[in-house]
Amino acid sequence: MPHTSPTYAATPAAPSGTRHPAVVVGGGLVGLTLALDLARRGVPVVMLDDDNTVSTGSRAICIAKRTLEIFARLGLGPRMLAKGITWNVGRVFAGAHEVFNFDLLPEGGHEYPAFINLQQYYVEEWLVEACLEAGVDLRWRHRVTAVASRADGATISVGTDAGDYTMDADWLLAADGARSFVRETLGLPFVGRTFRDRFLIADVRMQAPFPTERWFWFDPPFHPNQSALLHKQPDDIWRIDLQLGWDADLDAERDPARVTARVQAMLGPDARFTLEWVSIYTFRCRRLARFVHDRVVFVGDSAHQVSPFGARGGNGGVQDADNLAWKLAAVLQGAPASLIDTYDDERILAADENILHSTRATDFITPKTPAARAYRDAVLSLAATHPWARAMVNSGRLSRPCRLALTGDSDVWDRVRPGDPAIDAPLGNGWLLGQVRGFTLLAFGTAPPLDGVTTVGVPPDSLAARRYGAPPGGVVLIRPDQHVLATFDRFDGARIHAAIDACLHRAPAMERAA
Amino acid sequence: MTDPDALFAALVGAHDGLDDAASRRLDARLVLLLAQHINDPAVVLDALRQAQEAA
Repeated sequence: MPHTSPTYAATPAAPSGTRHPAVVVGGGLVGLTLALDLARRGVPVVMLDDDNTVSTGSRAICIAKRTLEIFARLGLGPRMLAKGITWNVGRVFAGAHEVFNFDLLPEGGHEYPAFINLQQYYVEEWLVEACLEAGVDLRWRHRVTAVASRADGATISVGTDAGDYTMDADWLLAADGARSFVRETLGLPFVGRTFRDRFLIADVRMQAPFPTERWFWFDPPFHPNQSALLHKQPDDIWRIDLQLGWDADLDAERDPARVTARVQAMLGPDARFTLEWVSIYTFRCRRLARFVHDRVVFVGDSAHQVSPFGARGGNGGVQDADNLAWKLAAVLQGAPASLIDTYDDERILAADENILHSTRATDFITPKTPAARAYRDAVLSLAATHPWARAMVNSGRLSRPCRLALTGDSDVWDRVRPGDPAIDAPLGNGWLLGQVRGFTLLAFGTAPPLDGVTTVGVPPDSLAARRYGAPPGGVVLIRPDQHVLATFDRFDGARIHAAIDACLHRAPAMERAA
Repeated sequence: MTDPDALFAALVGAHDGLDDAASRRLDARLVLLLAQHINDPAVVLDALRQAQEAA
């Protein structure tokens, strides 16, 4: 039986003329994550989705450690870890032979592994449940038909099965995907590259003895001159990617008999499987020039699109939501709107990194010229015997957390710098990252309580102290999105408050009082 | 370089009997191996720039 996702009852049309602080357009992976994060921070959220169900097909299956830590902050981490497939080993084959393998197995003492595989429809279904618990106003089959953007907000026209209405939003958060209606109706160019290639993506259900590893082939005997990928998901579902080339006949390739024959050739004549989901893609790497346009903010695929090699689409989008939610909550509670410009700067940096890596991987997998093809094949043939060449084999550089360019007041430590993602470690009966709440101070020793700051005491002789390279009595100030804001050699309440004020674009406390 | 003619002959002779694609692959393997021997991207990129300018 194919997986059956829930469908949600269409929401009745709302009266016109209401105003809302935050309206999320698009109830996919990124929109739901953002809605949940905002609601957990006390922001009333309306979410509009033109459909009434979750992701069709497994789509973004590889969930990176940083993304799991974000979902853990939102309360979904343990469920994802329990259901997901944890994997560490990847193998790369050229022709019939393995040329390279890698092991992502991190050091011990982290709550979450480097990656799990989990179907996007599960993540979305659980996000919907959490959004309902958190009080998000989820409106299914509410389609945005027009957007009037102004300097102080946006008016949104909505169509439903039972009639149309309009509403005003202080902030419109466009999470409506790669074909974003909001982006198109505002006339914003989505600029980048299209790769002249096509890929067949298939989920097959089978009980198979293949190990829980990522297998990638260049030019395998079962699919000559093209690439192939095999990766395991929960429920005995396997993800298969087959490169088809630019000249592929799309209608013929979608024929289930044709897909079945291709998969049978890959898995061997004895494999018994059923097709769950088949899709054919052309990959693109492109982004908006800016993600913030007055009070309209783009997140996820509506802002930037990458090819899938490296698992940077879903992971990048969730990290957009993570970056934006606490800032928007702060602005709605009185911080200057200029704080949202730091979302633009920080996530454009991240998007460019993701686009760079996925472009390079796609160029390696699909060489554009005879020279590129010769170099690619040269790397693959040298890789078997020359270890240094394996580092050039690029079947996707897997998503890593983004390091922000933060430049505020800080003492200089060797191990961590401002902008680094905070490092997890065991702490007490739990985990360090699990204790970050809002602006958080890790105190490697004792520190007095501070207004508006969560203080977490960390023993100076602990694994956590070694990972941070913290001197005894040192403190690490962490942003609500679990990135290091500053490291200080000793507790200094005035410096800590000044760092938080600067981070929030607030006037220093003394000026505010004056 | 003590015997430039011999080196030139060896580089050219290695392509005898190869079609264009195989010839390209041989040169690519050679460039990658030399880059690894040099082990300094700046030197390789400088050589690349000189190669482009000489055309």
